[in-house]
Amino acid sequence: MNKYILISLLLIAVSLKVLSQDIYYTKSGLVEFTSKTPLENIEAVNNQVVSFLKTESGSINFGILIKSFKFKNALMEEHFNENYIESDEFPKAKFKGTITNIKDIDFNKDGDYTAEIKGKISIHGVTKEIEAKAEISIKDYKVIANSTIMLKPEDFDIEIPGIVREKIAKEMTVKMSINYELYKK
Amino acid sequence: MKTIFLLIFVLITNIIYAQDIDDLLDGEFDNSNNYVSATFKSTRIINANSIELVKKQHLNFTISHRFGSINNGISDFFGIDRSTIRLNLEYGLKDWFTVGIDRSSFSQTYDGYFKFRLLRQSTGKWAIPVSITYFTSFEVFTRKFTEAERDNYLSSRLSYVHQLLIARKFNNKLSLQLTPSLVHRNLVPTALDMNDLYAVGLGGRYKITNRFAITAEYFYTIRSPRSSEAYNNPIAIGVDIETGGHVFQLMLTNTSLMYEGGFITGNNNDNFFKGGIHFGFNISRTFSFTKIK
Repeated sequence: MNKYILISLLLIAVSLKVLSQDIYYTKSGLVEFTSKTPLENIEAVNNQVVSFLKTESGSINFGILIKSFKFKNALMEEHFNENYIESDEFPKAKFKGTITNIKDIDFNKDGDYTAEIKGKISIHGVTKEIEAKAEISIKDYKVIANSTIMLKPEDFDIEIPGIVREKIAKEMTVKMSINYELYKK
Repeated sequence: MKTIFLLIFVLITNIIYAQDIDDLLDGEFDNSNNYVSATFKSTRIINANSIELVKKQHLNFTISHRFGSINNGISDFFGIDRSTIRLNLEYGLKDWFTVGIDRSSFSQTYDGYFKFRLLRQSTGKWAIPVSITYFTSFEVFTRKFTEAERDNYLSSRLSYVHQLLIARKFNNKLSLQLTPSLVHRNLVPTALDMNDLYAVGLGGRYKITNRFAITAEYFYTIRSPRSSEAYNNPIAIGVDIETGGHVFQLMLTNTSLMYEGGFITGNNNDNFFKGGIHFGFNISRTFSFTKIK
């Protein structure tokens, strides 16, 4: 009997060890995208980005509710949701990937690192492989990650009609700024 | 037996703790509530108001025209020679509260209105099937009274409208709205008219493409049988065309009035099915006064 209790406690301890393998997360990550053309600059900000980061395996993911993107002009926001990204049909954008050089990053030590990230991004029902670099700085078990990527609307089957073609950039600059904290259940 | 029990116990603890971060991510979105937006493209379906409000700190400017009935043919260029105009400004004090003012050329009528959002259609944790907006307006016509021998008071010029706008966006294409309405006129033109007129409106839009939609609208008025023969209920069919910053609404309707107390009461409506068709349009432009991005 004692043997069973011992074994189970040991197994639970192992499970807990697995848990404490450090998952970092945030629910208030910042993503903003900019479209710059000579005719018009369009900016949208979303500060409700959810992201998880598992330091042992280096797996990282993002979840973004499309409707949380805020524009200066509400009509533009409505058009973005209704006509371009069709958020009723595709409410979320997701990224699932890994930090390929995770071995180079010590999350228990303060410092600055460059992370190389590879994974799959899904927007508007289309999934694409992407690679990106992120600046990571670690301080007191808090992780700050910054990254900039370029995305083309046409890669994600987002149709832009001729009448506004000149007002919308061919490539969007997407900036991310995420402050991670240790994940506690 | 004990072994099994312990194994199950350990298994459960493992399931709880050793979860994948992708599951954690998906779990975050399960509880999110998703409000339905853009049930209609404009604050008007065609003649009547839709549940849509103007966003906070946004100003919406609409110019509307209705021309004369097309059945006079070429003599007045299918009604184009005779036009009525309405200028409208509406402003979003809050996302749920819009105020508006109008000036219509018909009877030189001014009107002011409030729109309050009471309920918002949503999916997710607290799913709500419909959006409900309350609309109330008062109208004052400022043309000279033609009946000089009668005692004419300022109050005789006033009308009041109350409407409950109940709409549902069934899918990305189809939205329908039911509009129970009450119009009160302090002074009515004839003995056949009712001071308090109840009506039920039905309106809808069907999107053909993301920027092009077909709209239709009808009000059923509740009157005595003798009275209903004398008036035509407002009916309209139209299209919504959206460009970057403008919404164009083109319509064929049996009324040249663009305020609720005018077209619902129907004193000047024509018979749509006997050639009393008026062409018209609304053009609206929204301006943003939001400071923060």
